[in-house]
Amino acid sequence: MLKYHFDWSIITSGKYFEWLVSGLKVTLELSAVGIVGAFVLGLVIAVLKMSNFKPLRWLASVYLEFFRNTPLLIQIFFWYFGSYKVLPTAVNEWLNNTNFEFAAAAIALIIYTSAFIAEDIRSGILSIPKEQMEAARSAGFSFLRSMQYIILPQAVRITIPPLVNQFLNLAKNSSLAMTIGVMELTYQARQVESYSFKGFEAFTAATVVYLALSVSITFIMDLYNKRVLNPQRS
Amino acid sequence: MDLDFQVIIDNFTYFMIGRYPNGPLGGLGLTMYLAVVSCILSFFGGLILGLLSLSRYPVIRYPVNLFINTIRGLPLLMVIFWMYFLLPALMGKTVPESQTVIMGLTVFTSAYMSQIVRAGIMGVPKGQTEAAISTGLKGWQTMLYIILPQGMRNMIPSFVNQFVSLIKDTSLAFIVGVSELTHVGTQVNNRTMSYPTEIFIFIAAVYFVLCFAFTSFSRWLEQRLAWRKSI
Amino acid sequence: MIQFQNVHKWFKTLHVLNDVNLHVKQGEVVVVCGPSGSGKSTLIRTINKLEPINEGRLTVDGMDLLSKKTDLNRLRAEVGFVFQQFNLYPHLSVLSNITLAPIKIRNTPKKEAEEQAMQLLERVGLAMKRDAYPTQLSGGQQQRVAIARALAMKPRIMLFDEPTSALDPEMIGEVLAVMQDLAKSGMTMVVVTHEMGFAREVADRVVFMDHGVILEEAQPEEFFRNPQHDRAKQFLKQLLSPMH
Ligand SMILES: Nc1ncnc2c1ncn2[C@@H]1O[C@H](COP(=O)(O)OP(=O)(O)OP(=O)(O)O)[C@@H](O)[C@H]1O
Ligand SMILES: [Mg+2]
Repeated sequence: MLKYHFDWSIITSGKYFEWLVSGLKVTLELSAVGIVGAFVLGLVIAVLKMSNFKPLRWLASVYLEFFRNTPLLIQIFFWYFGSYKVLPTAVNEWLNNTNFEFAAAAIALIIYTSAFIAEDIRSGILSIPKEQMEAARSAGFSFLRSMQYIILPQAVRITIPPLVNQFLNLAKNSSLAMTIGVMELTYQARQVESYSFKGFEAFTAATVVYLALSVSITFIMDLYNKRVLNPQRS
Repeated sequence: MDLDFQVIIDNFTYFMIGRYPNGPLGGLGLTMYLAVVSCILSFFGGLILGLLSLSRYPVIRYPVNLFINTIRGLPLLMVIFWMYFLLPALMGKTVPESQTVIMGLTVFTSAYMSQIVRAGIMGVPKGQTEAAISTGLKGWQTMLYIILPQGMRNMIPSFVNQFVSLIKDTSLAFIVGVSELTHVGTQVNNRTMSYPTEIFIFIAAVYFVLCFAFTSFSRWLEQRLAWRKSI
Repeated sequence: MIQFQNVHKWFKTLHVLNDVNLHVKQGEVVVVCGPSGSGKSTLIRTINKLEPINEGRLTVDGMDLLSKKTDLNRLRAEVGFVFQQFNLYPHLSVLSNITLAPIKIRNTPKKEAEEQAMQLLERVGLAMKRDAYPTQLSGGQQQRVAIARALAMKPRIMLFDEPTSALDPEMIGEVLAVMQDLAKSGMTMVVVTHEMGFAREVADRVVFMDHGVILEEAQPEEFFRNPQHDRAKQFLKQLLSPMH
């Protein structure tokens, strides 16, 4: 440690800087695709889990339990190495013609995170007291109108913080995509380390970027909690 | 779609315990070892960080919270890389990969456990502290004899959930070359070449059985503790 | 024993104690009453510094509460406090609730602490409940255990903040009886309560508070027969009305 010679210039400009920037770009792309996909899929699973039809509920439960209780890394490996045997030929062809590493990582992130998101959405809706629905119905609103005006607006407000937290988790988890060769931020930091032997600088840069992401989102959520969820306390 | 699980049967003991007893413990055995050791260490780490983060002295509270939130803001992978990188520099000698991973998992999980500890402590009604200090108990005695025993009850299900996360997180040890279950899976996959689907389905199933058992246990505990509180 | 001199306290902008002067002598029993939010709890909680005061002077058994030198734990050990909500430790048995502080603070040997605890339990009529847990007791029983717990430290002063307000009517008597007994034994007591029967029979003085000000301080007979302030008259009328 004592003999280590710091050289920050290496990561603020030049080739390595460009590597890190391109890594950040991939991380952001993967996160964006993942967040949109995980949200939509999570919403679908949540609806299935709350449906009146028992087999659908059961299917949703199996989905939730299985994907939440299996490591993301294994899921990434499955989609990357093993999915070809269980997917239809057409899908395999399509996958082979796209950026396959990226697609496998995105699919794994979407499915893994959707299971957590579904649970958050469900408990958000369930947290609205039954009496709210009863009150709305007895005030003359139809079931759908009650949902629209009374239940969902409350549920959405409650569900936003845990959802954003899951989005943040997804962004952090996207670092695992490096294991199958997706050239995202962590991958590039490691590249820089192995080419320049300036690991300390490279990891610091990546760390700062991840922290900037987390801190800014956490800050916005704190504001949201203060202004929207508990306005009277501030 | 025709899957052939013979590859699993052929390598079953390798998946479970690696080359043990003729070589070092590996596979599922090593996964459990990493998870249990990291869990015990992070329990104490989380307890200490959680208590310090509630300290009434800002000089303690602020840096501790900064540390906790920094770790929570990072991917586990980054934390493991930092350990990989810093530990040898700090210790002045090479550190075995498995210890690097245990340290990484411990630091990472402690940060999350500290939040559970915080919430558990803050969930104990204020009247308990007031009653305790009114009889003359000192701050640390109140914490040790009154607050923690009650808070622990609320914390236990969350601790079990953290343990489940830890089991899943040990799969990252693969990246620094520790031969736990995931690593063994990729090894067998590389050796046999043509059974990736079977291998990763099997490994996923093993993790699932383990994690699901503990998740169910945690739910059971939660219900049981809630019931006992209400009598 | 307890002396308030020009004491002020604020919660942010709320002036909860406004120029309070009060002197409680050794062996005296003082009842504090007043409308909700008038600052009764705050007043009594300043005596063992559960709430610190902002201005003025407050001495308790010779200890200056604003002085940094005062050993807060010693002060609290000498002042027993009984809460409206009992606040028994739910994870400990009745006996352990009582013996914890003597063992940990006074270093009383466990056996001796338990013997003393049993004497206290006899005194509050709950010896048979020594191994029960708080959730297995009725409200009145819990409050009597809480009194025994406070007494276990052999305090020189006992404070009660509405000790019977959370109780079902049929349990109020058993708790008041224990308190009356304690008063007879010569304990210095400050009691926030709306039990006017207790005030009449046991108190040496009644203090009436409103909006953080002590409006009236009188002997019970005099206070009930002839309250001076309109607020006090109104308060008493409401208390005695059948609606209450
Ligand atoms: N911790 C606190 N922070 C801010 N305000 C407080 C706090 N505790 C009490 N107050 C306020 O101070 C005022 C006096 O409270 P206090 O509890 O002393 O009244 P009280 O006379 O005991 O009333 P009650 O009969 O309802 O128990 C109230 O207006 C109350 O809302
Ligand atoms: Mg009060």
